[in-house]
Formats: sequence, C-alpha cells, structure tokens
Amino acid sequence: MAAAESYPDDLKYHAEHDWARVDGDEAVVGITWFAADALGELVHFEAPEVGSTVTKDQSYGEVESVKAVSDVIAPLSGEVLEVNRRVVDAPETVNEDPYGDGWLLRIRLADSGEADALLDVGAYRELLASQ
Amino acid sequence: MPATLLHTPLHDRHVELGARMVPFAGWEMPVQYEGVIPEHRAVRTDAGVFDVSHMGELEVEGPRAHDLLQGTLSNDLDRLSVGEAQYTLLTNEEGGIIDDLIAYRVGEHSYLLVVNASNRANAYAWLKERELPGSDVRDVSDDCALLAVQGPKAIERLGLPPARPFTFAEASLDGVEVMVNRTGYTGEDGCELLCMSEDAVRLWDAVLERSAVPCGLGARDTLRLEVCYPLHGNDIGPETDAISAGLGWACALDKEFEGVDVLRRVKAEGPEHRLVAFVMEERAIPRQGMPIDGGGEVTSGSHSPMLELGIGMGYVPTARAKAETELTIDVRGRPRRARVVKKPIYKRED
Repeated sequence: MAAAESYPDDLKYHAEHDWARVDGDEAVVGITWFAADALGELVHFEAPEVGSTVTKDQSYGEVESVKAVSDVIAPLSGEVLEVNRRVVDAPETVNEDPYGDGWLLRIRLADSGEADALLDVGAYRELLASQ
Repeated sequence: MPATLLHTPLHDRHVELGARMVPFAGWEMPVQYEGVIPEHRAVRTDAGVFDVSHMGELEVEGPRAHDLLQGTLSNDLDRLSVGEAQYTLLTNEEGGIIDDLIAYRVGEHSYLLVVNASNRANAYAWLKERELPGSDVRDVSDDCALLAVQGPKAIERLGLPPARPFTFAEASLDGVEVMVNRTGYTGEDGCELLCMSEDAVRLWDAVLERSAVPCGLGARDTLRLEVCYPLHGNDIGPETDAISAGLGWACALDKEFEGVDVLRRVKAEGPEHRLVAFVMEERAIPRQGMPIDGGGEVTSGSHSPMLELGIGMGYVPTARAKAETELTIDVRGRPRRARVVKKPIYKRED
C-alpha cells in the first residue's frame, strides 16, 4: 500500500523532491512522498556504487515506475557508504515508506555546511503549494 | 500539447474516480486510477474495464464493400462470416502498415472496422480515396463508445453466454443495447462492448457495478506487451512490413491487396530484421528507442507486473532472432543483458 502524503519535520528537503536526514557527518537520503506519488509504484532503482561520490544538485541514480524514469538528485555531496538493498530488491518500498524503509543511500558528507542551503519542511511545503 | 484535447463520453467518470489523465493521440485519457500494477493484476486474475472510446470506428457498406476491403486489407475477408471478426492490416504500396485493426462482418454487405485512435483519420482517408461505386465508407467514431472488459472473470461478471473468440453478438446490459465483441488487447478472455455515445455512462456504471476494476492505458500497454501484441507507432508502422513484424499469419499472400508484392518478396527472401520478444537477464527496464547491440532497437519496453522483470520487443538482425539468443541493450549508456524468448512473453500456467 502506498503511504499517505507526509513530510516529516525533522528532515531537510531539496527542491528536486529529495530529503536528507543529517546525523553528524553522515546523512541518509531519499525521495519525498510527492516524487514517489508522481512516478507511481517504483519498479527499479538504479543505484550508485558504494564508495562512489555523489554531488549536491546532480543526479546519482534513477528511479523507474512502469511508465516513467526519473533521475534522483543528490541533496548533499559525499561518499556513498551504503545503498539500501531492500529498495533495490523491492523498489515499491519507497512508495510504502518513503522516509523510513524506503531510504536510498547513506552518505558521508563532504561538507556539513551544505545542509544549511536545504529547505526546511515549511519551505518545501510552500514549494509544493506553488507548483 | 494541443490546446484542446478530445474527451470521451466517460471523461467525468474518470476524473471522479481520481484517474491520472494524460494526452494520448489527441485525447485526454486515463493512464491509471489506483496504479498500473494492481490494474494489470486485476485483468490477469479477475476482471478490468478500459474506456477505449478514443478508438475509431469506420463503417464500410454496399455491394462492393467486400471488394474494397479485400483489395486493401491483408487478411482474407472471405474467411469471415456474418457475426465474425478478424485481425487484419491496412497496408500501403510498400507493404508498410498504415494501421492494424479488427474487421467485423456485421451484415452480408456491411463491415465495421475498429482502428487505432492515432490512425483514424489516415485509415479513413485511405479507404475513402479508394471507394468503389457501390462501397460507402463512413467514420462513425463520434457516435460510438467502446469499453474493453477483460479478464478471466469478465464474461461471467457481465452475465454473458460463452462464445468463441473473434465472434460478436447483440446484447442488452442494464437496458443498454451493446455489440459484444469477443476481442481484446490483453491476452485474457473478455470482450469489447460497443454502444452509442449517449449510452456510454450507463454502460460504464453497469460494468463497474459488476465489480470490474477500472483500468487505464498504462495497464493496457503492459498487458499487451506481456502477450506480444504489437502497438502501432511503436512496433509496427508505415515503414515496417508485416512479415518482419511476425504478422504474416494475418496476411493472405495468395490474394491481391496493396503492397502484397513486397510482402511476397520479403517472405521469399526472408526478412533482414525480425521483431522479437525479449526478457532482461539483469535488473533494468528496456524502453522504446534503446539501441540493441549488433543492430536494431527496442520498439516497446516496460516492466512486466506478472514476471516482475524488464521485458520488451524490438527488431534485430534475423541471425539474432532465435529464442535464447543473448542480446545487449544500451540502457542510457549502461549495457544490460537480455535474452530472446518465444512469443508470448507471458502465458498463464493452467
């Protein structure tokens, strides 16, 4: 079952519909409910290699539904520490739990100051309302 | 996007159901309601209903209707009795496919052609130009609505008697007069219900009351791809011939029709390329236009909800068209392994 629409307060958001949960010099990142809903049920996650680097505002992978392919944009820069294998094996996990079991990557941040440029939940909701 | 998209008589029903509406062949159509995958599975296991009123209906009537169609359509019209239908192709001088369609013989001298929405104008113009004295071609699409009710439970839910595939009969459903065609585009049992436009909402409501799941064009595409029904504009078109596309069974090469010489030659010499079906051997979803290593390209690709892997069709050199041949598909710069399989890709295990 797809999750109901939600945007947790404790996350940072990127305007390309990605979220980051920053914890010290690491972050867990994923796509927002809005992005998952717009795509429909995910059937593929083309993930980067562990050990590769992702760069803020640039694509690090792809998510696909039956009908569409979308780049996934990195909300922050860093080294990929872990790819969520559960999502690789069962991509629909993203639709079911976009901020929990449906996370995509865990990264080591290259620059912890980058997170300051991300949106808080209020600003992200405003962005959604304006679209 | 064109400024105005056409609406079927069921447009408001789709919006009320929360469908995601998209432009398709000049129409605003539902691509999904609940989701492509649950809708797909509903059709494979139960019953689903599709609004396909965007499709075109051409009536061809008169003492020479048969002669007109026998000279322009690829299949042998003489095999069609009143009450029967056949899959056939409208071909050009080069043997290319102007449209693929189903011809229904509704009377001794009267035929109904159900054509693709995107080819409606072309097919009509092509036949109209070739009209013979004593054959009248009319585009009656605007008067008609068409619902496809598909799935193993479809016929039972509608309370219809059993009937052979590619036959049709008149029936009444909750007081709506319909033509029940035992045809479809999903590989499942079921029917297509043709009614007058003004009755479409009543018919749709009657079908939904019988617990058919509303399904959009998204599921229609994955369903047809799993069973390897070609989609005109993707897998076949004016530049492709029926033999290479594996549609020789729908071409009566022993009769005369437009482009038949070309088809006979392709058949005799063997096609250079063939339309094959394949499944991905690695996690990846093939999409239309992706190059296939060694020549050729993907013409249709998607995720199979039943097999839960990437599937597709595409043209490859004949030498690489045999089942079990390994293919490499360029998935946005990444080489991904695929394997040619016999059509259909999906077949229910009975």
